[in-house]
Amino acid sequence: MEAEASYVKDTELRLGLPGTHAPVATRGSKRALPEDDEKSHGKSKARVVGWPPIQSYRKNSFRARKAEAEVAGSYVKVSMDGAPYLRKIDLRVYRGYKELREALEDMFGCFSLGEASGAEGCTGSEHAMAYEDKDGDLMLVGDVPWEMFISSCKRLRIMKGSEARGLG
Amino acid sequence: MTYFPEEVVEHIFDFLSSHRDRNIVSTVCKAWYRVERLSRRIVFVGNCYAVRPGRVMARFPGMKCLSVKGKPHFADFNLVPHDWGGFALPWIEAAARGCPGLEELRLKRMVVSDESLELLARSFPNFKALVLVSCEGFTTDGLAAIATHCRGLRELDLQENEVEDHGRQWLSCFPDSCTSLESLNFACLKGEVNAGALERLVARCVNLRSLKLNRAISVESLARMLARTPHLVELGTGSFTVEHRAEAYQRLIHAFRKCKSLKSLSGFWDVAPRCLQSIYSICPNLTVLNLSYAPAIQGADLVKLIRHCFKLQKLWVLDCIRDKGLAVVASTCQELQELRVFPSDIYGTGTAAVTEEGLVAISSGCSKLNSLLYFCHQMTNAALITVAKNCPHFTRFRLCILDPGKPDPDTNQPLDEGFGAIVRSCKDLRRLSLSGLLTDKVFLYIGEYAARLEMLSIAFAGDSDKGMVYVLNGCKNLRKLEIRDSPFGDAALLENVGKYETMRSLWMSSCDVTLGGCKALAAKMPRLNVEVINDRDESDEMEENPSDMHKVEKMYVYRTLAGARNDAPEFVEIL
Repeated sequence: MEAEASYVKDTELRLGLPGTHAPVATRGSKRALPEDDEKSHGKSKARVVGWPPIQSYRKNSFRARKAEAEVAGSYVKVSMDGAPYLRKIDLRVYRGYKELREALEDMFGCFSLGEASGAEGCTGSEHAMAYEDKDGDLMLVGDVPWEMFISSCKRLRIMKGSEARGLG
Repeated sequence: MTYFPEEVVEHIFDFLSSHRDRNIVSTVCKAWYRVERLSRRIVFVGNCYAVRPGRVMARFPGMKCLSVKGKPHFADFNLVPHDWGGFALPWIEAAARGCPGLEELRLKRMVVSDESLELLARSFPNFKALVLVSCEGFTTDGLAAIATHCRGLRELDLQENEVEDHGRQWLSCFPDSCTSLESLNFACLKGEVNAGALERLVARCVNLRSLKLNRAISVESLARMLARTPHLVELGTGSFTVEHRAEAYQRLIHAFRKCKSLKSLSGFWDVAPRCLQSIYSICPNLTVLNLSYAPAIQGADLVKLIRHCFKLQKLWVLDCIRDKGLAVVASTCQELQELRVFPSDIYGTGTAAVTEEGLVAISSGCSKLNSLLYFCHQMTNAALITVAKNCPHFTRFRLCILDPGKPDPDTNQPLDEGFGAIVRSCKDLRRLSLSGLLTDKVFLYIGEYAARLEMLSIAFAGDSDKGMVYVLNGCKNLRKLEIRDSPFGDAALLENVGKYETMRSLWMSSCDVTLGGCKALAAKMPRLNVEVINDRDESDEMEENPSDMHKVEKMYVYRTLAGARNDAPEFVEIL
């Protein structure tokens, strides 16, 4: 958990110029009882036993599935320039690029994910989808057949159009 | 009425369907007591330790259906140690001796061993229905015994149990002569099942109306079974993934089109979004839809699906439906009565999936809503007040704000006013779960307005003993009170001790109640069992005689006619 936290911090996309420390929603921070809450009963456990009140049956079924998917390697992180948090998605559930784009649009609000070369956008900003492949190279999404893409994609990045033009 | 012959009185009692009504008439006079007890067919025991099994069998010799509940509700969230109790065996043994005509058994939160299931299978020649909910302690061997020996079994319904897998052969134990099954639910089983045996079983049980499969069942197998059961009313799918094999998918669509009676769908564990299209033809008839085990279905697909489901009465989903998706539910599902929104991201590291906006949207569109379970990241007083106004018919209202003790984000105030509005507006409210930042004030409101409240769940709430006292003194119909991590102590516990005899049970954990307080309660009220449950890790370190000032970690109090139970483990002390 520690290693992941620092990795995330290094690559975290923040609002504001590099070097400044604009407020950012900390990812991976465990849900702790509020420290200054006078109702806290001296429990400094980061995770509270039995909270949230979800049946263990349900919790177990999710944990097992998530573990399976992560072992299978199909969960990838998705970051978006300017967004304070990342998401994680399972690429296997999508049938193709169109579905993937729609799902990401849904997750990241009304940013349009048009082609790098020209994009419709609700706010006029352009975004492009890029991914990091097995070799660590940043590639434009959409060039290779979907199946090949799923097996080689390690991480997704939604970039501002201005940066993405270099890829086109 | 005492001049009527007994058969007439008995016939009149037949019209009393509720346990409570029957319990009341049995107290009128000896004659009525006698008639009632000999004619009672359905017996409900809300707490397995409230009465001895033998006594129940002796009083109701004509019993046909028995329902027993074991562990307290908070056991669902791992707050009750594993071997606390709640054993089914004594009940099955007593029934085998006293009521061999038993036809139906329903158990919830109990420990059911294979030995119990074997005894059950052999003891009741007319046995027809077994329903196990949130139970544990048995394996597929126990199920094999049921399948083998229960001739004429109509219902085998396993809901959310922890079942140890000892192999796939249990299902093959249903003999070829078994054609009586009407309902089969093995969704909670983790292991493989003999698909061929299942398909043959399903094919010969012509009255099958409810079938809920586990994840191990493939789409191909499902398609074959659906083709043989066009009259199915409830279906729980298996894994629902198709590996680019168009043929199986086509057969599935075709089979679904023939299922004109299908009203309830659940399962969908590994569903790929593409497969959802296969159920569009059934959606207009659906009244029940459970997608809460399908995190792979995200926003757009979910919304497309829901737009077809305009007759929906009960919907269980994950919070990836988002506020936007809930708005679609609100405009499409005008008949909605029950909604449950579960968190997909339990430790809350992602973005807020549903908020107060989703709930407000639902309340404006679904005026018939009466039952809610809503996990969210935040809630405001304004939203709750609006919901209370839009939906005055709530009977069950459970709100869980994931961050314990979180205030209204807009005003930074506690949510007292919001919940106050709910209890004031919803006069039929029977069950309430609170969360967020709450002071004693919310309990003042609850005590004053929640006249019909039967079950209240409190966590991380309140400022002082006054809060708990408001509830105990106010809610006349309170039956179950469960409290965790709240500052209620001995003064509150001992303020109204008589109240506990009118209730089924009280649970308090991580509160300020001391051992001395518990002892005082036990001394004053001999017909209550006051259980002090120690954390097993600590019990080795516990002194021989812990002081009375020692705070009790977990306390469970319940009324009982049976006295202290003799099956309590070491770490449970019954005062």
